[in-house]
Amino acid sequence: MIYLLLFYEFFKVGLFAIGGGLVTVPFLFDLSEEYGWFTAKELADMIAVSESTPGPLGINMATFSGFKTAGILGGIVATAGLVTPSVIVIVLVAKLMAKYKCNTRVQAVMSGIRPAVMALILFAGLQIGKLAIVNMLTAVVFAVLLASIHFWKKSPIFYIMLSAVVGIVLKL
Amino acid sequence: MKNLTDLFLLFFKIGLFTFGGGYAMLPLLQDELVKKRRFLEDEELLDLYSVGQCTPGIIAVNVATFIGYKRCGIKGAVAATAGMVMPSLLIITLLAAVLEKYMHNRYVSYAFAGIRICVAALIADIVYGLWKKSVTGYGAAAIFAGALLLLGIFNLSAVWIVILAAMFALGLKELKRQ
Repeated sequence: MIYLLLFYEFFKVGLFAIGGGLVTVPFLFDLSEEYGWFTAKELADMIAVSESTPGPLGINMATFSGFKTAGILGGIVATAGLVTPSVIVIVLVAKLMAKYKCNTRVQAVMSGIRPAVMALILFAGLQIGKLAIVNMLTAVVFAVLLASIHFWKKSPIFYIMLSAVVGIVLKL
Repeated sequence: MKNLTDLFLLFFKIGLFTFGGGYAMLPLLQDELVKKRRFLEDEELLDLYSVGQCTPGIIAVNVATFIGYKRCGIKGAVAATAGMVMPSLLIITLLAAVLEKYMHNRYVSYAFAGIRICVAALIADIVYGLWKKSVTGYGAAAIFAGALLLLGIFNLSAVWIVILAAMFALGLKELKRQ
């Protein structure tokens, strides 16, 4: 039953993806490898669409990949799976808030997970890079984009729109 | 009941105007929750963020759940979270259905080839920006390198990387204490 599987897999993503929405990306790469619900290329496109449409990135990604996998209901089920662990855990934490925040063990675990999450995101970025940068021209576009993102801090939506135009003009 | 509807609508609005990650939501939350409604103080909101950051799940949902729970208990948590995800569900579903049709168009595929490069560059910049905050010492650097190695060589899944990193950090802490 695809809906149950979707719910279960996105529940896992919600449980283990800690931090901002981009953290869900490496988990989605795992899903694409394991089930072939969507390709790495489609995943990269989903990130772009999710970044430039309203709604938090992580939720958009869940809705999008669920939809790709099993249509409208798939999108709803995947999103529900993603948010369920948050609702359960946060309600528990809210009850124990004072104890939780000062717990040094929790802090140690968090400081360990953060660098690992960085590695996960970097690895996902490399996989997308491999798909996107295929010749000299695309490498140059990458370098120029990276430099302008870094030094000329506009919103991601601006760069996504810009690179769409660049893609059409250069026939990438 | 009115409170629940209010919570739903409030987070619907926040979901609708958030672009990108959960951090992009912070100024909106500040405006709505601290300035307009006085649900919270500035510091409380930041505390909430730090808890949202170190609990399972993406920050945006965690923050919505937390505020909803504080206002109206479990029902409030569900109402706020439902409001938060509703714009995504509506907009992305519509868009995905439309895109499916046009994905094979030559110009759409050129555009997305360009966009993929942009996504890679955005991720590179985010990793660079967060590096200082998360890789703070030798222990953290070791976890980063180890995670990258396990990913590259053994193709370990993200779930296992997170579990192993947490265990390693706990072990390190116990060692230091002894």
